[in-house]
Amino acid sequence: MSDLRDLYQEVILDHSKQPRQFRALDDADVSADGFNPLCGDKLTVFLRNAGDRVDEATFQGSGCAISMASASMMAEAVRGATVAEIEALSQTFLDLVTGKIDFDAAAPRLGKLAVFGGVSKFPVRVKCATLAWHTLRAALDRRDTPVSTE
Amino acid sequence: MRRGILAAGPIRPRSHDPLDIRSLREDFPILRRTVQGKPLVYLDSSATAQKPRAVVDALERFYLTESSNVHRGVHELSLRATEDYERARVRVQQFIGAADEREIVFTRGTTESINLVARSLGDQRIGRGDEILITEMEHHSNIVPWQLLCERTGAVLRVAPVDDGGELLIDEFENMLSSATKLVAVTHVSNALGTCNPVERIVELAHSAGALVLIDGAQGIVHERFDIQRLGCDFYAFSGHKLYGPTGIGVLYGKLDVLESMPPFLGGGDMIRSVTFEKTTYNDVPHKFEAGTPDIGGAIGLGAAVGYLQRVGMDRITASEQTVLTYGVGLLESLPRVQLVGKAGRRSGVVSFNVEGVHPHDVGTILDQEGIAVRAGHHCAQPLMERMGVSATVRASIGCYTLSEEFDALAAGIRKAIEVFD
Repeated sequence: MSDLRDLYQEVILDHSKQPRQFRALDDADVSADGFNPLCGDKLTVFLRNAGDRVDEATFQGSGCAISMASASMMAEAVRGATVAEIEALSQTFLDLVTGKIDFDAAAPRLGKLAVFGGVSKFPVRVKCATLAWHTLRAALDRRDTPVSTE
Repeated sequence: MRRGILAAGPIRPRSHDPLDIRSLREDFPILRRTVQGKPLVYLDSSATAQKPRAVVDALERFYLTESSNVHRGVHELSLRATEDYERARVRVQQFIGAADEREIVFTRGTTESINLVARSLGDQRIGRGDEILITEMEHHSNIVPWQLLCERTGAVLRVAPVDDGGELLIDEFENMLSSATKLVAVTHVSNALGTCNPVERIVELAHSAGALVLIDGAQGIVHERFDIQRLGCDFYAFSGHKLYGPTGIGVLYGKLDVLESMPPFLGGGDMIRSVTFEKTTYNDVPHKFEAGTPDIGGAIGLGAAVGYLQRVGMDRITASEQTVLTYGVGLLESLPRVQLVGKAGRRSGVVSFNVEGVHPHDVGTILDQEGIAVRAGHHCAQPLMERMGVSATVRASIGCYTLSEEFDALAAGIRKAIEVFD
């Protein structure tokens, strides 16, 4: 049960039930669709840019608690960030949920997003947590901004 | 006569008494294990059924005592392997009541069986403007091969609708049949909802329209005894691993005259009679469709599986499963916040549901923590999920070894899922 509580932390449950930034963005500069064919989770990420920063990020879609909460918290976290900052954040997040780094190492860099640390104990759920981030990267790529794959 | 690998045990039910599930479970060693420190509750038999020891023993004996290639060796082992491989074919023939063992083609599974028909018969006989009729409740493997065939030939794929409960609208189906319909491909039992289709009526209607009929029997053959000759379909496709046999082996049943009229599917060894660079003549059915070294061990394992089922008695299995499933469906219906998806009057093996406020994948993860194995997702039936107005469901599916008490464990797991999300 403790692994389960690690996975479904209060913050995650809250964001999954009431996703923030959950809307289409009419004046978006870019958007991208993400799909997890294995489980049918679907997302669209919308970004509006200002200079080299993401000025606004929103999403729409449907999926499990982990994928919805991840998208919701990601959309909040990347507002106002530069592409480079988003890439660093994204990499740290991926490292955390795949167990490459632990919570203590990730927390200072990820802030609230570190609550997804529990996902690393559930390998089949990693894709749920990373779907939004992969979709975000696709959106950034479409803007012809170089995105590191590492 | 030599007692071969498949010769052990009488092919008769042990008795006509109701099935003693607890003692039958002793035949399935995996059911004794724990998962997450809890007794395994395996409710995912529609994905793959667990294997009785008889099947594993047959595999072991084949690989340890007579492993060799079939249909070509002059040596003892090869003769034995060939004999047991062909005996497995006869076992399957008897199990489904086919008229002739040559009507049993070994494949890798249901998917390959359907693709074989789509490629061989489809490319030969189906052309521009012809129609292939399927239903809304098909598994992707009974949709995509026909879509590919339509792309190659210019044929049209038509889809008969289901109602809100997940049952085929048979009148609509009938109305969609015409002289343009060349082939009807329908599932026997829906893998996602458990709906049993009226396959005998479907065959009758399709044949009166002059169409050939393929039944996807992946989920149909496992739950009840049927007589393929009475059913009258032209093809019946199924997998070994859902029938308590090994993975990697499956069957295409085809009526002998239809199979004989079809061109080969894959070319290679074993499917030829003679080869020159000018002309190759093909082997007779079923070997014409079994190019390359087949899954000999798998076929022998499947033979052992159907032998096991015949010894237990399919009628007893059906009765026992219906009792367990009826209990499970009733229990799930009584749970607050649980909605069943699919309300067919006749169902087999499967109950699909959703828990209000908890996504199926989250339910699946929480159940797994309780040692309960279910499937969560679209069950390779995305069009059906869309028709039912859901993106995914939780699916509990049973086998001959499933106990009613396992549904009690499922209900407790669902309550836990609701608790976590409250």
